[in-house]
Amino acid sequence: MSDINSNIPEGELTSKWTKYKSSVPLVNPSNKRTIEVIIVGSGLAGASAAATLAEMGYKVKCFCFQDSPRRAHSIAAQGGINAAKNYQNDGDSVYRLFYDTIKGGDYRAREANVHRLAEVSANIIDQCVAQGVPLAREYGGLLDNRSFGGTQVQRTFYAAGQTGQQLLLGAYSALERQIGMGKVEMYTRHEMLEVVKIDGKARGIIARNLITGEIERHFGHAVVLGTGGYGNVFYLSTNAMGSNVTAAWKAHKQGAYFANPCYTQIHPTCIPVSGDHQSKLTLMSESLRNDGRIWVPKKKDDNRKASEIPEDERDYYLERRYPAFGNLVPRDVASRAAKERCDAGYGVGASKLAVYLDFKANTERYGKIEASKAGNHNPDKETCMRLGTAVIKEKYGNLFDMYAQITGENPYETPMRIYPAVHYTMGGLWVDYNLMTSVPGLYCTGEANFSDHGANRLGASALMQGLADGYFVLPYTIGAYLSKEISVKAIPTDHPAFVEAEERAVGILNTLINIKGTKSVDHFHKRLGHIMWEKCGMARNEKGLKEAIEEIRALRHEFWSDVRVPGTADELNTELEKAGRVADFIELGELMCIDALNRNESCGGHFREEYQTEEGEALRDDVDYAYVAAWEFKEGVNFELHKEELKFENIKVAQRSYK
Amino acid sequence: MSTGNMNLTLKVWRQKNNKTKGALVDYKLADISPDMSFLEMFDVLNEQLINKGEEPVVFDHDCREGICGMCSMFINGRPHGPKDLVTTCQLHMRSFKDGDTIVVEPWRAAAFPVVKDLTVDRSAFDRVIAAGGFISVNTGNAQDANNLPIPKMQADAAFEAAACIGCGACVATCKNASAMLFVSAKISQLALLPQGQPERYRRVQSMVAQMDAEGFGNCTNTGACEAECPKGISLENIARMNRDFASAKFVSEETV
Repeated sequence: MSDINSNIPEGELTSKWTKYKSSVPLVNPSNKRTIEVIIVGSGLAGASAAATLAEMGYKVKCFCFQDSPRRAHSIAAQGGINAAKNYQNDGDSVYRLFYDTIKGGDYRAREANVHRLAEVSANIIDQCVAQGVPLAREYGGLLDNRSFGGTQVQRTFYAAGQTGQQLLLGAYSALERQIGMGKVEMYTRHEMLEVVKIDGKARGIIARNLITGEIERHFGHAVVLGTGGYGNVFYLSTNAMGSNVTAAWKAHKQGAYFANPCYTQIHPTCIPVSGDHQSKLTLMSESLRNDGRIWVPKKKDDNRKASEIPEDERDYYLERRYPAFGNLVPRDVASRAAKERCDAGYGVGASKLAVYLDFKANTERYGKIEASKAGNHNPDKETCMRLGTAVIKEKYGNLFDMYAQITGENPYETPMRIYPAVHYTMGGLWVDYNLMTSVPGLYCTGEANFSDHGANRLGASALMQGLADGYFVLPYTIGAYLSKEISVKAIPTDHPAFVEAEERAVGILNTLINIKGTKSVDHFHKRLGHIMWEKCGMARNEKGLKEAIEEIRALRHEFWSDVRVPGTADELNTELEKAGRVADFIELGELMCIDALNRNESCGGHFREEYQTEEGEALRDDVDYAYVAAWEFKEGVNFELHKEELKFENIKVAQRSYK
Repeated sequence: MSTGNMNLTLKVWRQKNNKTKGALVDYKLADISPDMSFLEMFDVLNEQLINKGEEPVVFDHDCREGICGMCSMFINGRPHGPKDLVTTCQLHMRSFKDGDTIVVEPWRAAAFPVVKDLTVDRSAFDRVIAAGGFISVNTGNAQDANNLPIPKMQADAAFEAAACIGCGACVATCKNASAMLFVSAKISQLALLPQGQPERYRRVQSMVAQMDAEGFGNCTNTGACEAECPKGISLENIARMNRDFASAKFVSEETV
């Protein structure tokens, strides 16, 4: 069935990576000094790769659109990072992490990649601690762990609710060290606008200096994109305002296949939308589901305050439907369950599009433990709540503060109101085992690629994948390619391919400026987001997707004839930056709907209403759809499907059950 | 859903680029909702400007959840506005009243030149980190993480220093435009951890030298930085840095 080769090494699953590492061709130190690698993006995947490749001796150029590499959106990841360390002695192992990830991804990920991810997971923790990343510890001085969704072991390492920040600052410091040594040239406030291909291979990029508007040409023997996910196609998401698909999309238009674009993760615990002015959504970490219980009133349209609803009139629907995993079911399952309750009329809050996340029971339980530690074995309720609140504060203080800040409510006193929101995209550029896209010499790492999470990512696995790719996978696999490039001299950037790519980029910028239409970029972005959320969001169906495709095509034409971009292209022009990104989001949105329409099954984050079990769970079709859908871009915004068959040789494919 | 009913007057710093002079420009805004964030209020202003055919106000922002450190507005004379312990993006309009006049300026410091409107260049911070804000450990050299137990109190203290988001509010609020709080937070994080010991004295000297080279001012212990820091980074870090710097100069054999 496959018509693309994923280049998975032969041999036993458990020894593939070890064998690969010891047999992959190497580049000798003197050759490394003349080989240039371009890395776009400075998040966990980009910064870790840039630092590591520079340490190995390559000449590295790294690009980010923010004012500093430290600001990449990995910084906002809250809850934690998984690793198969088994420090808790609860039966964890590489195999279990591998198994949980494949199952969590609803059997739509590649076994070999996921096993490798689980293998290197432990090295990541070691590396980060060596860098001085202050992960949470117990009183004995050893590292602490907590639980995350979709697993029954405690393998998540964390730093309060700021794990992404601390890991990114670790990678950033490693990167800055190389910048200080002159081994990485850093280009901040630069945006990649084109990939340059020479004789079919990626040989550089065109970038725009966002301060001066200058267009720059940069050569590289290889190009790595670590440019993050495309959740902002929905306009409202937990992504940063600047997060975009442009680099990946330009690569796609130059021949890199885009895989499984319809796999988007809707995170169950986000702060609900408060009004039309909303510009982004804020996540409340999955770690809160360790200690919070999710419920709605048993009565429809119950307008009482949460505190006035007695215990026996509350429906803890996750615990009811999934007794084995309870509040810790995977994200896709939790999100759909929340939507189901709200659609059925049990939602809470003014908009009725929210459910409660309640910490009272665990606050009291913690309080009892604390009182007991202090010798009070029969504490009253008030004492329990007071002592327990202090424990909750230490664990989740920054999240509670953030919630209070945004909603104006005090979550220590009243349950949080939460609702699902777009958070992560499992789809991305197709890559082979080497993390190389279908364009030779063009690599893709982290959230920007499609590789490890199948149709649904488990919590605390994004940080793991970003750092696995950047620290431990790409630095090996890129050698396989670069070892054959050692005789290639740096290609001068007046080569016709650079000139042509620059003309393409400049052409788009000038067109956008010269439309001089009547509507702002945000206007179009919001409309796109609305179509995507309504018709390609948490639940999809054939009719809606067909309508969405037509609507998005019409929107694309309207955008290119009526968008208004003030100012010029030769200055700092944030509207022009946004316009280019939204133009790409519009094309991507269409592909996402096409992919969702093609996939006549439900799996993970892709839920087609036509394909569900009697109990409303996702119904896969393993006979016809156990493949990666890799789309090739064709002239005039058309797409051709290629299939990579997924073979499960080490795991028995089954209906996912968290009951 | 809240309906907006606040009317505001904004006085916003407009400056085309670092070669031209800037000035405060007045704007009127109507129907602002108290549930909007301060930056969403600016989105409304910009939409209004674009619809009128004018250029929107350029300001730095990205995550809008208080962690990336990109947003940087000087609001009514205070970095990140009137509320303690929040960044501009987490400031909400319920902190203001109907009819208020709000003055919004960029960070002002010689080491943070204005790029355009409310956007400044904070790359000096990156260069200070590049001078020594790291532990020199290449990928692949690490031992098992639990081979090095670290007392919880020490790890927590390091974490608190590491919570700095590098926004530069400390510099913006300091009458000397000193970067001591930022620099000392990184130095403290690494000085508090056993992994940071081998380079401890070298690090403090290199980073302080770079800080001085960037043109940040001296510290005169007014404490405004701590008061305005959205992440509550403590002045104790500055004391620790000074102690380490003195030790480095007078005791350490390794001078940089």
